[in-house]
Amino acid sequence: MYEFSYQRPGSLAEAIAAIKSADDGQVLAGGQTLLPTLKQRLAMPSDLIDLAGIGELKGVSVDGGNVVIGAMTRHADVAGSAEIRAKIPALAALADDIGDRQVRNRGTLGGSIANNDPAADYPAACLALGATITTSERKLAAEDFFTGLFETALGDGEIITSVSFPVPDKAAYMKFKNPASRYAIVGVFVVKTGSDVKVAVTGAGSGGVFRVPDMESALAANFSAGTLKDIEVSADGLNSDIHAAADYRAHLIGVMARRAVEACG
Amino acid sequence: MSVTVSMTVNGKAVTGKVEPRTLLVQFLRDHLGLTGTHVGCDTSQCGACVVHVDGESVKSCTALAVQAEGAEVTTIEGLAKDGVLHPMQEAFRENHGLQCGFCTPGMVMSAIELVQGRPDISEKEIREGLDGNICRCTGYHNIVKSIKAGAAAMKG
Ligand SMILES: Cc1cc2nc3c(=O)[nH]c(=O)nc-3n(C[C@H](O)[C@H](O)[C@H](O)COP(=O)(O)OP(=O)(O)OC[C@H]3O[C@@H](n4cnc5c(N)ncnc54)[C@H](O)[C@@H]3O)c2cc1C
Ligand code: FES
Ligand code: FES
Repeated sequence: MYEFSYQRPGSLAEAIAAIKSADDGQVLAGGQTLLPTLKQRLAMPSDLIDLAGIGELKGVSVDGGNVVIGAMTRHADVAGSAEIRAKIPALAALADDIGDRQVRNRGTLGGSIANNDPAADYPAACLALGATITTSERKLAAEDFFTGLFETALGDGEIITSVSFPVPDKAAYMKFKNPASRYAIVGVFVVKTGSDVKVAVTGAGSGGVFRVPDMESALAANFSAGTLKDIEVSADGLNSDIHAAADYRAHLIGVMARRAVEACG
Repeated sequence: MSVTVSMTVNGKAVTGKVEPRTLLVQFLRDHLGLTGTHVGCDTSQCGACVVHVDGESVKSCTALAVQAEGAEVTTIEGLAKDGVLHPMQEAFRENHGLQCGFCTPGMVMSAIELVQGRPDISEKEIREGLDGNICRCTGYHNIVKSIKAGAAAMKG
């Protein structure tokens, strides 16, 4: 790791001030992505601004038809939250299947979506549930937040404060995981609310998370796994790597989507 | 530039001067001489470095010492009391849950958190719960057996 200075502000206002006054500041959440990146000397921030001491960024609340989760809420806390398990069990299950216990004890919702790894789980949930991401500066729809591979709409020094997830009628997430890293080779999140259906795919796209409109309209007309039988997903624009070729990923999207619809019951 | 960190390690208050980039595992091993916590991969994969921070299992190669400011840290050295092994350590010994022993400190620390309040944890739950710990010797069979026995023993 290159050298950096470390600060642990006690409030969001102090964190914003710290990041604005640093030469090249970066926020530290759970560190489960950032610390490995620093160890490999792939980044050299002048200052790390640790968000762990900011109480207002942690916790879960239910606000009308939405579940609002603080950016610094850890995967283990989302998995164990009675409120999330009652309102959006698919989201709690997703968090419970991220990485391993030690990663879930540190890694956070905000860190995961800020990083926007193309194989991360939360981006699929945000897109399929139609989440709204609140930052230190504005509110963004998930559609507008994830802009490409490891890219988001976040500006310099902009800090995610919370994510609001509308409670759906039904939702399920199915992930075909890399057995070594547990990241998604393909993950499909299916949501049904009234007659609206959303299908979001992670792990597969070379531009990151994306939706599948053909599946969505077919499922909106007839919400059953059988409906998806004849829908071919094109391998164009999908990843090929040592774990899986693009056409295999295309096939897996169909399989995971059908399983997710079945799991919606 | 160095900074001062203070935390409780195995029940004792400790203070040290570290660089902000000093990892928790480096602080434990190099500054405090607690070499029971191992570094297997240094890339957050293997779990040899697992310790407890405020009662939760954490990969100490993927945490900064400064992040543990004010925390209660427990390492493998902190488990035995008055020369008597912790029930989970004893279960590993009884059930031949180790061969070379390199992964063992991390396995034991992960196991203790995993079985907390779950004396009847199933073999499947143990195998899933060990996702973050890799062993190159045993094939896991006796580790799982040890943890099942340790879980039952911790109840009493
Ligand atoms: C072994 C291992 C397995 C993993 N498996 C999975 C998996 O199966 N699925 C999965 O989805 N993920 C997986 N991860 C990644 C894990 O979920 C990380 O916790 C997550 O990607 C990053 O969250 P963090 O809180 O650790 O963020 P950090 O590492 O602290 O930060 C990541 C990035 O986000 C920025 N950031 C953090 N918080 C904010 C904020 N509030 N506002 C703005 N920017 C912010 C940081 O500056 C940094 O650039 C795995 C990681 C490891 C080490
Ligand atoms: S040394 Fe920390 S996970 Fe391998
Ligand atoms: S006993 Fe040798 S690595 Fe596990």
